[in-house]
This record gives sequence, C-alpha cells and structure tokens, in this order.
Amino acid sequence: MAKVHVTTTVNGQPVEYLCAPEQSLLDVLRETLKLTGTKEGCATGDCGACSVTVDGTLVCACLVLGVEANGRSIGTIEGVADGENLHPIQQKFLEHAALQCGICTPGLIVATKSLLESNPSPSEEEIRYYLAGNLCRCTGYDKIVRAVQDAAATMRGEAA
Amino acid sequence: MQSFAYAAPATLAEAMDILASHRRRKLRTQILAGGTDMLVQMRTVDKAPRTIVDIKHLKETNRLAVAAKETYVGSAIPGVTLAANAKLAERHPGLVEAIDLIGSAQIQGRATLGGNLCNASPAGDTIPAIIANRGVCVIASARGSRELAAEKFVVGVGKNALKPGEILLGLKFPRPAKGTADAYLRFIPRTEMDIAVVGAGVSVTLDKTGKCTAARVAIGAVAPTALLVPEAAKALIGSALEPEVLAAAGAAASRASKPITDKRGTADFRRRIVAVLVRRAASIAAQRARGN
Ligand SMILES: Cc1cc2nc3c(=O)[nH]c(=O)nc-3n(C[C@H](O)[C@H](O)[C@H](O)COP(=O)(O)OP(=O)(O)OC[C@H]3O[C@@H](n4cnc5c(N)ncnc54)[C@H](O)[C@@H]3O)c2cc1C
Ligand code: FES
Ligand code: FES
Repeated sequence: MAKVHVTTTVNGQPVEYLCAPEQSLLDVLRETLKLTGTKEGCATGDCGACSVTVDGTLVCACLVLGVEANGRSIGTIEGVADGENLHPIQQKFLEHAALQCGICTPGLIVATKSLLESNPSPSEEEIRYYLAGNLCRCTGYDKIVRAVQDAAATMRGEAA
Repeated sequence: MQSFAYAAPATLAEAMDILASHRRRKLRTQILAGGTDMLVQMRTVDKAPRTIVDIKHLKETNRLAVAAKETYVGSAIPGVTLAANAKLAERHPGLVEAIDLIGSAQIQGRATLGGNLCNASPAGDTIPAIIANRGVCVIASARGSRELAAEKFVVGVGKNALKPGEILLGLKFPRPAKGTADAYLRFIPRTEMDIAVVGAGVSVTLDKTGKCTAARVAIGAVAPTALLVPEAAKALIGSALEPEVLAAAGAAASRASKPITDKRGTADFRRRIVAVLVRRAASIAAQRARGN
C-alpha cells in the first residue's frame, strides 16, 4: 500500500510523516507522532474525545484523514499549556475537579478553548450546547460547566 | 486488487480526469467532502479500498455567494462557515437552522450541505429545507455540467441521482421573492446530537395584505426520501394562513407521508408529528415573512 508523504504543522511546529491514505488523523497523532493526549472514545464522531483544531476549526480527529492535514495547521491538547504553565482552562478543570477518569478531558479542554476564543462570555446554555459533542461518563457535566465559566472569567481578566 | 489511495485535485478538470481514468480502469472512487458520513461508513459498513477524491480544494466547491439573483453554496463549505454567514441566515433562515442542527460543534467544523444531500439519508436534516428553498443541484459531468431540482436528486435510501464520474459542485437557490421566508423544524427525543424522527421545511410568500401567494412544503424522515408536498402548499396558497389553513396543510403532509416504524418512532406517531411540524414551521415562516 502506497504511503503518502504529508507536510503539516502541529502545535506550531513543522512536522512531516508518512501515512496510509485511509488512516485517520487521530491514528497518525497517536501512533506515528506519539501525541497520545488526544483520545479515542468511539472513532465515529460521537464522543469528542479526539477533538483537535484544523486551521483553527474544531473537529473530531477520528473523522479527518491524516493525509488531509497536508499544508494545514493542527492544534492538539499538547499545545494548550505554555511549557510548565497550565492554561487557565486546564487550571480551572483541576480546581473544580471537573474530571474523574480523564478520558474526555483533553477533548473537552480543546473544545472549551475553541468556544472561548469565539465567545469569551458564553451563557451556561451556550456552554452546554457547544460542548454537547463531548461526552463524559463520569462527572455528570456540572463541574465541567462551572470550570468553563470560571476559566472564561479568568481569561476575561476578572478575578474569581 | 485495488488499494486505498487519496487524491486532492486542485482544479475541476483534474478532478474529472481522476474520476474518468479510474472508471476506465474499473477502479472505485469516492468523493470526500467533510467525511462525517463517509469516514464513519468506511470504518463500519463499507471497508472496501477505493481512491478517495477530496473535493475541498476546488474553486467551484468553495464558492459562497448571496447575490442579487441567487444564492450559491459550494459543496465543500462546512456548516460552521455557513452558520456564521449573516447574509445567508437572513435570506434562508430555515436552511441555516437545518444546517445548524447537524451534529456537534466538531461535526459542524466538517459537515457540508452537499454531503448531507448526497448521503441521501431519509432523515438528512437539510434536505427538506433545501427543497423548500427551491434548491437546484449544480453538477459537473463528463460532458460539462447539468442542473437538477433538489427534490429529484435523492432517489432512494442512500441513493442519489449522480451518475458515475459526476460531482455535485454546489447548490443554487433563487433569491426569495419579496415577502418570502422559510423555517425548518425537526422532532428528536433529546435536545442535541440525535437523528430526526420527523423533519419539516416550509417556505411561504405573503403579499402586502398578508395573503399567501406561494408556498413550498417538504417533509423528511417519513418516507424513503424527503418529499415535496404540493397538496400542502396548495392548502396554504390563497389564504391568510389562518389556524385551520395551517392545520389543513399539516393534514395534507400527513396524508403524503409514508413512514415506517423503527426504534425512533412508530409510523402512526410520525404521521401525527409531521402534521404538527408542518403547521408550526408554516407559522414560523409566516411570522418571518411578515417582517420581510
Ligand atoms: C456525530 C454525528 C452526528 C450527526 N448528526 C446529524 C444530524 O443531526 N442531522 C443530519 O442530517 N446528519 C447528521 N450527521 C451526518 C453527517 O454529518 C451529515 O450528513 C453531513 O452533512 C455530511 O456531510 P459531509 O460533508 O461530512 O459528507 P461526506 O461524509 O464527505 O459525504 C457523504 C456522502 O456524499 C458523497 N459526497 C459528498 N460530497 C459530494 C459531492 N460534492 N459530490 C458527490 N458526492 C458527494 C460522499 O461520497 C459520501 O458518500 C451526523 C454525523 C455524525 C458523525
Ligand atoms: S473518537 Fe472521535 S469522536 Fe469519539
Ligand atoms: S472524566 Fe471520565 S469520561 Fe469524563
């Protein structure tokens, strides 16, 4: 099977890889690039554990082909923190105990970042609708919503 | 044995060449837009190798124009871009509502209007809205191009009217006449992330006195394909859309439906709900038309 050569950018760094034409971007990230922060929950677009951005747009990496990343810019959970410093969204997920097993967490953080970049002050309803594609089987969502609200306030420069 | 391959043609001519040369060699191709139906199917029910032809790099499939005479929506444009276009939402609010209902934010980042139509699911949310908006499919074929009314495009469950080697380039919608507006409603048991049990798209045109001079009613998930229901439109035209008229249009839609019973709802339930949704969608469309 002829592998395809792909030149792309992942979290701001130029990256090249070979992948099979039918391989998902999720597989490439996890298996080839060893970026295992992005999770697989379903591989059918339902759970959001594989959320990443492609040219700034939030997508499920399981429903993107690795070859489609050619010439694009990919953002994953590994690019969210600034070195040792957690992003405010990550910090607030910790403070609010908005995770238990943690499988859904990278996807939720990437999705939350995408939400707050386009809507810095979402209502609770807007948060719940925007994150409807990110399933969590542990927390019951309430703590996640509180963490997102708090992170939004911090990012707007309001003291909690 | 064919193996998987991927092509991302930069021009329409190149795309048509790839499709034609594969046909000559009896090799399978499949067009990739957002992949939210196709890649799921490729992992589950249809794993056979093929050449995947990505149409997202073509000028023709990326054009979005809300112009004086008509609206054109290229078949590679994701929902997130369409929903963010204020002019499109102002001119075709029901169509944009239908697009916006597809999946999650992540799915919206990829899913296209063309893909929803080509996938030809009986429950495809945008299909009744496309039909209500008098949508016309712009198709590239080996001998140039052809156009086909959207209500003729879907021919069966998962089957569309494209011939081998053809590409849906986009959808055209005539600019709605003055006093026209549309609406789309669906019934699902949840509030998000579910497949329509029933869908209804309605467009109405009102004159200055509030009389309905034109209407289109299309229903989804109640037959193998979305249906245009001229009898329902006939009930609306000439009236002032009084409650009993809206109810008559709903009843006509119910009579035209051919629903099945499945885990999402019984045929009887669908027949009743389609009447309710047509009545409500017509009422919302009328309210909007009065403001136009
Ligand atoms: C989690 C999830 C939730 C969903 N929710 C909904 C929902 O609420 N309502 C709904 O209606 N759908 C829903 N869908 C289905 C899907 O997202 C939509 O049908 C979407 O619009 C498909 O568009 P696409 O661009 O991703 O199509 P693709 O998957 O790229 O293509 C779909 C089919 O059409 C063909 N095709 C695509 N474009 C063209 C073209 N230009 N010319 C010729 N053939 C073409 C492809 O070969 C393929 O067979 C959901 C899917 C997922 C995974
Ligand atoms: S793994 Fe991609 S949505 Fe579940
Ligand atoms: S913390 Fe376990 S799925 Fe969300």
